[in-house]
Amino acid sequence: MDYNVIIDNLPLYLSGLWVTIQLVVMALVAGFGLAIPLALMAVSKNSLLRYPAKTYIYFFRGTPLLVQMFMLYHGMGQFEAIRESVLWIVFKEAYWCAITAFALNTAAYTAEILRGAIEQTPFGEIEAANAGGMSKSTLYRRIILPGSFRRALPAYGNEVIFMLHGSALAGVITIVDLFGAAKIVNSRYFVPFESFITAGFFYLCCTFCIIWFFKWVEKHWYAHLRPRTH
Amino acid sequence: MAFLTISSKALMFDLHGYFPMILEGMLLTVEVALLSLLIAVILGLIGALAKLSKSRIARNAAAVYTTLIRGVPDLVLMTLIFFGGQIMVNNLGDSMGWDYIDISPFVAGTLTIGFIFGAYMTETFRGGILAVSSGEIEAALAFGMPSWKVFVRITFPLMVRHALPGFGNNWMVLAKTTALVSVIGLHDMVYNAGVAGGSTRQPFTFYLVVALMFLCITGLSDLGLQWVNRRFSVGVRKV
Repeated sequence: MDYNVIIDNLPLYLSGLWVTIQLVVMALVAGFGLAIPLALMAVSKNSLLRYPAKTYIYFFRGTPLLVQMFMLYHGMGQFEAIRESVLWIVFKEAYWCAITAFALNTAAYTAEILRGAIEQTPFGEIEAANAGGMSKSTLYRRIILPGSFRRALPAYGNEVIFMLHGSALAGVITIVDLFGAAKIVNSRYFVPFESFITAGFFYLCCTFCIIWFFKWVEKHWYAHLRPRTH
Repeated sequence: MAFLTISSKALMFDLHGYFPMILEGMLLTVEVALLSLLIAVILGLIGALAKLSKSRIARNAAAVYTTLIRGVPDLVLMTLIFFGGQIMVNNLGDSMGWDYIDISPFVAGTLTIGFIFGAYMTETFRGGILAVSSGEIEAALAFGMPSWKVFVRITFPLMVRHALPGFGNNWMVLAKTTALVSVIGLHDMVYNAGVAGGSTRQPFTFYLVVALMFLCITGLSDLGLQWVNRRFSVGVRKV
């Protein structure tokens, strides 16, 4: 191991880490925003709402993220209409292509998690809300969604970790994230062990931080489920 | 070949005669997926037995394996094994006086994917083994079976049913992960779609076709898994 290469390139790795964090956070926020309407559509009794959502979820969960990203990054230029529209500002940049692809992907997985959680709402809660005279929107806002978020938390924690790992794909389309930084270091000095193990170490630290964060949130959100002490 | 042109027309995409190339890539994708599944299952069984063993060293080694693998992105591991493995083999070959051994993208890709999913399989199989009722194992021991025979005859067959749903999930994720081998230069269907899309200037069309192929693979596996699941659940009463 040649530690000097790692130390000399630490600024590159740190800037890569910053890009990775940007990608993951933006994709997760956008993906979560998209997942709520998708999940509500997927549990809807109206098949005009349900089928599009189910098809979307099936497509994005059944195909590799790499292919989805390539469809946006390499594929969008195929259509003249997109090249000449305002959308091209987004799709000509690798950075925004990656974020869009990650967001669309994580939206599908998150929607599926939320759908499961919504369907598990105890029926007594819904009956109680109906008895209290809540309108349908209030029922969703006050009863179904908050409870579902809590039930979805452990599965969502895993999804966040998968998104972090998936974000390494951004390095494939010229973005200098953590993986991109490792690729640069490797091609400059040809030190595959030093370069990729360093990146792996940073990813591992991020993974532990996410696990720790979700444990902390669970402690608060599940406080009422903890057995009573003394 | 006539059938191939017809089927590419049937897809409603004009693929300019590149469909056979995509199919060839798909064959390689399936090959990589099945081979790495085999490695993953073997590693998963070893890992699960290590996690449940009495030896502290085996338990710790398995814990380090699953934690490290599940904490680091698959792409990073794959490039590490692809580039780093070559150096390691070269150094080893120099000291042992071997000829030059080439780590091909195929070997690196298959090994890495097998190695990664071995960690996920470890957790799945561990859960499956724990779900086998201890009475069955005690009965086998009472008959004087040696522990390997208990595993082969009792624990393993009973464990399969419990491990199947997790196994199925792992397989689906594994099949999709094979797309990464295109990054280290293996000519799988994603790579071939890139080539075909570049020369016809229709990358979106070709990547969409590949996406649909992946949906075929996962869809077919889903049917197959349901069938296997029914076979292994014969005699289990359901609500």
